[in-house]
Amino acid sequence: MPTIKELTRTGDLFTSGHRACAGCGGTIILRLLMANAGKNTVVGAATGCMEVVSTIYPYTSWDVNFVHNAFENSAATVSGIETAYRALKKKGKIKKDIKFIAYGGDGGTFDIGLQSLSGAVERGHNMLYLCYNNGAYMNTGIQRSSATPFGAHTTTSPAGSKIKGKMQQRKDLTEIMIAHDMKYVAQATPHNWSDLSNKINKALALNGPAFINVLSPCPLGWGSDPAQSIQIAKLAVETLYWPVYEYENGKYKINIKPKKPKDIEEFLFVQNRFKHLKNEKELIDKIRKHLNEKWNELLNKEKCTN
Amino acid sequence: MSIKIVAKTGNEAMAEAMRQINPDVVAAYPITPATEIVQLFSNYVSDGKVDTEFIAVESEHSAMSACVGAATTGARVMTSTSSQGIALMHEILYIASGLRLPIMICGVNRALSAPISIHCDHSDTMGSRDAGWIQILSEDAQEAYDLTIFAMKAAEKVLLPAMVTSDGFIISHAMSRLDMYEDKKVQDYLGEKKPAYTSLDVDNPITIGPLVVQDYFMEIKRGQIQAIIDAKKQLPILLEEFNKTMNKNYKVIEEYNMEDAEYAIVALGSTAGTAKYITDKLRQEGKKVGVVKPLVFRPFYGEDLVKMLENLKGIAILDRSDPQSAMGGPLFTEITSAFYGHEKQPAARNYIYGLGGRDISYDDIKDIFKDIAEYFEKGKKEEAVKYITIRE
Repeated sequence: MPTIKELTRTGDLFTSGHRACAGCGGTIILRLLMANAGKNTVVGAATGCMEVVSTIYPYTSWDVNFVHNAFENSAATVSGIETAYRALKKKGKIKKDIKFIAYGGDGGTFDIGLQSLSGAVERGHNMLYLCYNNGAYMNTGIQRSSATPFGAHTTTSPAGSKIKGKMQQRKDLTEIMIAHDMKYVAQATPHNWSDLSNKINKALALNGPAFINVLSPCPLGWGSDPAQSIQIAKLAVETLYWPVYEYENGKYKINIKPKKPKDIEEFLFVQNRFKHLKNEKELIDKIRKHLNEKWNELLNKEKCTN
Repeated sequence: MSIKIVAKTGNEAMAEAMRQINPDVVAAYPITPATEIVQLFSNYVSDGKVDTEFIAVESEHSAMSACVGAATTGARVMTSTSSQGIALMHEILYIASGLRLPIMICGVNRALSAPISIHCDHSDTMGSRDAGWIQILSEDAQEAYDLTIFAMKAAEKVLLPAMVTSDGFIISHAMSRLDMYEDKKVQDYLGEKKPAYTSLDVDNPITIGPLVVQDYFMEIKRGQIQAIIDAKKQLPILLEEFNKTMNKNYKVIEEYNMEDAEYAIVALGSTAGTAKYITDKLRQEGKKVGVVKPLVFRPFYGEDLVKMLENLKGIAILDRSDPQSAMGGPLFTEITSAFYGHEKQPAARNYIYGLGGRDISYDDIKDIFKDIAEYFEKGKKEEAVKYITIRE
């Protein structure tokens, strides 16, 4: 496990000069991803914020081989690259050991790319799929996705006088990926760089597919202070909004267990996307209840599998 | 050169061509009537008859996506599909050509839904005619076999993807004679693929598929268009090379009984074969009729077609798909457009036929020749687009 000092010396494989917003969680995640993955890596991206901000022709932030195909197919695309690598290696045309990473936002992963991801994982390609999950289609201007949390205002689940934002709970994609009988599945946030680094390294060391779902604060879409992105990611964990855990060879492990969880309101009301819920006690209770249930479920799973 | 004479269906012929090409990667998904190609190829993989890594993807969209990914490495990449499968790939077809990746589709033409039908028409690949792919339609199993081998090489030469198709069931499932080359002959013809760049060279990283905005998009697109314009010049030369190597006589546009013809049918795929047979019969009756068959539909050889057709009295242009309220079928609108402003204007009529696998008989072809002669003689008074092989 590298120290933060060592990580800063791995070279800027995801370099500065990209056009992401101030306080963007996605670019922090990608920088950490590449610092851990190293040079001998091929990255495939789904269309989305992290793709458009990092590859505005004729510039690129990627100092590794990078392939963008379309929105819904980064897993299928990388499955093709990884397969060609095996074919060419078998013939002696490639000598080096290369790692493969596919990434996408929650729209490209939870929604339009779910089939492509599920197929690639079932086929057992040697790749890490990383989802930077900011809980909406931020690139197109903050539309709801199936990762958008209950109650959040987005431009297609607007908080109105009758309907108070998104009225459905978010999809639990991490559990869906665990149901694929994968060897390694994890949730993480950029606030705990060492936990995320550890998970990236575990995933890349595998011979097979791995999935990491990383909460990615988005000041623009969340209506939050860009300076507070990492703090908000931390609050997400402390309020049980985003459990940091991993599923490894059939066993659950919760990596961060808040001794005394903070109330969810501390997370909700540093973001404008929830501000309309301030006087909606019932709706906040619903969020709180759901998160508690999911947390207790997770504790039980950890207990049962260990 | 040693030739093996065998009896094969169109699908078997294409699968054999794929085996002999021995691509690095095949990513494919089953769909009638192309399924058999994928099945046969899977057997070759399981029996170690090819070195190919086969990806049994979960959809045609992922098939083409995986092909694009695989092709960025410089690997030789193929797939096979039909109908809805082509439609589902549609989005990624443009990306394959836009990224200049020489991927090859062994396609089988089948009607697009609705209503759902598993039988032949050309609506599937015609729906993708603007996707920047080389499109070749074969008349029989032999052509499906030959042109698959040819198109793989041509695609890699001009750095554009190519689809070769056969008519669903009519060719794909009909047994006929096939002259096969030795495996080595095909390998020698293709040669080793040497890509200019690859996504696997970690010491020289590249970014493929970046975002391009107003400042560069049009220049890049124009470059891609130039590639297919250049391919139009290259394909006849490459076809000549194929002919010499394999002792064949293919042309991008085939002319049959055209020397002194007054009327001609222009048709794609298997129907051209039926029409050729009928012109032989009609020639015996003294009728001056011939057939023109565009083997290559994209790039479109409009100027060549004008030269071949300009001295006729009438041209019967057959389309096995209908673009729904355009000025006729795709072949008709392309040819009449090529004739616009041209000094000589033969009477041209469009016959939309055979949708969803509706049979086109010898008598239908004879009727077309009768009709086009009347159309010319009566001074083109009726509607230009006529629907045939239909109860109306």
